[in-house]
Amino acid sequence: MNKLSRSADWIDQAEPRKPRKVSRLDRLRDAVRNPGFVAAVPISLLFIAGFLAPLTVVVLFAFMPPETFSLLQVPTLDNFRSIFAGTYYLSFVSSLELATCTVVILLVVCYPLAVAMVRIFGNKGSILAIVLAAPLFVADNLRLMGWMLFLVKGGVVSGTLQTYFGIELDSMLYTFSATLFGLVYIYLPFMLFPMVLGVSMVPPKLREAAFDLGATNAQVLREIDIPLAMPGIIIGALICFILVAGAITEAKVLGGTAVVMIAQDIQKEFTFAQNWPKGSALSVLLIAMGGALSWALFKRVDLDTIFGRK
Amino acid sequence: MIVETAAATESAARTGDPILRLKAVDKFFGDFAAVDRVSLDIHEGEFFTIVGPSGSGKTTMVRMLVGMDKPTNGDILLRGERINDVPANRRPTCMVFQSLALFPHRTVGQNIEFPLKIRGVAPAERKARALELMAQLRLPDSYYGKGVLQCSGGERQRVALARALAFDPDILFFDEPLSALDYKLRKLLEKELKDIHRETGKTFVYITHSLEEAMVMSDRIGVMNKGRFVQIGTPNQIYANPVNRFVSEFMGEVNVVDVERGAAGSLVDRLTGAAYQSPAGDSEFREAALVVRPEDIRFLDHPDDAADNKLTGTIYNDYLLGSRVQYQVRVGSSQIFLVEKLREQQLDVARGATVTIAWDTRQSMLFATPSFTQSMVAR
Repeated sequence: MNKLSRSADWIDQAEPRKPRKVSRLDRLRDAVRNPGFVAAVPISLLFIAGFLAPLTVVVLFAFMPPETFSLLQVPTLDNFRSIFAGTYYLSFVSSLELATCTVVILLVVCYPLAVAMVRIFGNKGSILAIVLAAPLFVADNLRLMGWMLFLVKGGVVSGTLQTYFGIELDSMLYTFSATLFGLVYIYLPFMLFPMVLGVSMVPPKLREAAFDLGATNAQVLREIDIPLAMPGIIIGALICFILVAGAITEAKVLGGTAVVMIAQDIQKEFTFAQNWPKGSALSVLLIAMGGALSWALFKRVDLDTIFGRK
Repeated sequence: MIVETAAATESAARTGDPILRLKAVDKFFGDFAAVDRVSLDIHEGEFFTIVGPSGSGKTTMVRMLVGMDKPTNGDILLRGERINDVPANRRPTCMVFQSLALFPHRTVGQNIEFPLKIRGVAPAERKARALELMAQLRLPDSYYGKGVLQCSGGERQRVALARALAFDPDILFFDEPLSALDYKLRKLLEKELKDIHRETGKTFVYITHSLEEAMVMSDRIGVMNKGRFVQIGTPNQIYANPVNRFVSEFMGEVNVVDVERGAAGSLVDRLTGAAYQSPAGDSEFREAALVVRPEDIRFLDHPDDAADNKLTGTIYNDYLLGSRVQYQVRVGSSQIFLVEKLREQQLDVARGATVTIAWDTRQSMLFATPSFTQSMVAR
């Protein structure tokens, strides 16, 4: 019997290998030792302490009896009943109206700007990005105060017009338009940057191909540019809509009493009225609206394509 | 029947006015002439291929022809009308891109229907036409609603071609659309494309860096180098009579021997000092390149057999190229000749064996031009 066949015999007689038994404890230990898990621990703790915990408290308070300060009571829907019976819907409407107007204006303003930054300025687009992002380094309250000086009666705008041109203007402050202007101004970067990302995802070759196949500029825009930039456009619109719906400063500084947004009502309930449960109930309604909108839109947009993982 | 069609195409190509005419067309990028005073006629119904190495100006050329770039000087005439300033979307031509440029957010059907949708053709009619084209290009009907990203490389090629055919162009341009595919699929699609050309009778202008690919498909080939056409002719003409060393080397592996002028019309190998007969007689030059194709060199059965040019060397290595065998024969200490034989004619000798190689003088070519490699380095 030669060497080769002997080794074959050895293989035949060998016991089939059994998979090593992995207990649940082993699996847990492996998961905990995983560097991904370890790296995610700090942010997870922050997320739990800073976001989930307060959110839970707010949701629980929304179902507590009005004007109480304890979570250990029998849940009730009284807060929601009084909200729907009162005039809070006016604040909701005004918030949603401002949010919609802001988003629409921003879409129109930012799209050409994003196209310019991506396609026309090329490498110099980053200079434009820095210029546009620079205001973010100044607190938005301060910037709004600045606009107040511009728009107030006898301020920079109306004062100049009156002194040099004899045109008398009433105060532009404390109006719906002034608030809308402030919102558009403050939230522009939040629309622009996701949109730049979206526009840069459109391959120039596809535009050329569509053009070559006979499409006019308008048809290229409708058939190629906008559909392919859509993920960025939707993200930008969603971020702006939710931020504006919950905005408060712009309405307070530039809107005065002419505009009451829902966030002002919520603040009033928590502070002046000392009615935490009602403030919580209003918050829950606002969160539910934002959540529903996000859920509806994210069903249409795949985040993976935005981050180039597909 | 087929013969008749071919004859008709042939006669149209020869007699009628050219469908596309270039008159001294230049394209400058700064001081650099990417396309340098090119004049060219392309005839109705012909398959014309522009071949050149990268940087030869062929892509710039096709971009001007489809209307994505404007020539700096000169005129481009389509059926006698100047189209220099007509933008791409108003020209009756279209292009299949190297990247194919399929619309990823649209299905196969929507991609093919795109040019029809642009023109406002009714949806039912669009769909009928798309399915017709899909059948012609052997794409199953079930692909109509499939996303283009789910298609394989070869299927995407067909979708891109179907989309271009749906546009129904007068001239269809191709910018190296097969270069990203594997060898086998490329060979298959080359033949399919030639079949499609025959079926549609349209004028095809094809850009490639592979002369081999051009040979398979084209009616005529234009070889480009440094922004100019070096040679324009049928595949047979170009293969049989390359005008210079660039074209002969571009065609594939050839033996190039640096020679200088010897006594009475003979050539002297600058490396080994061996003497060869000149195919060009006693022409005026100091240094030149003698080009011999590997398949034109034969092995002599006996070293004393008569031959025009004879060299003795050793077999250094051999490569099996499917139906052919290639031998590297080393002559002297450093000179290598490539010799190709059909597989049935394989030598029955081992590596290191001494052999005698020979070629007929009339099968060699003499060029007094700088080499391909030198010209590439000089760019």
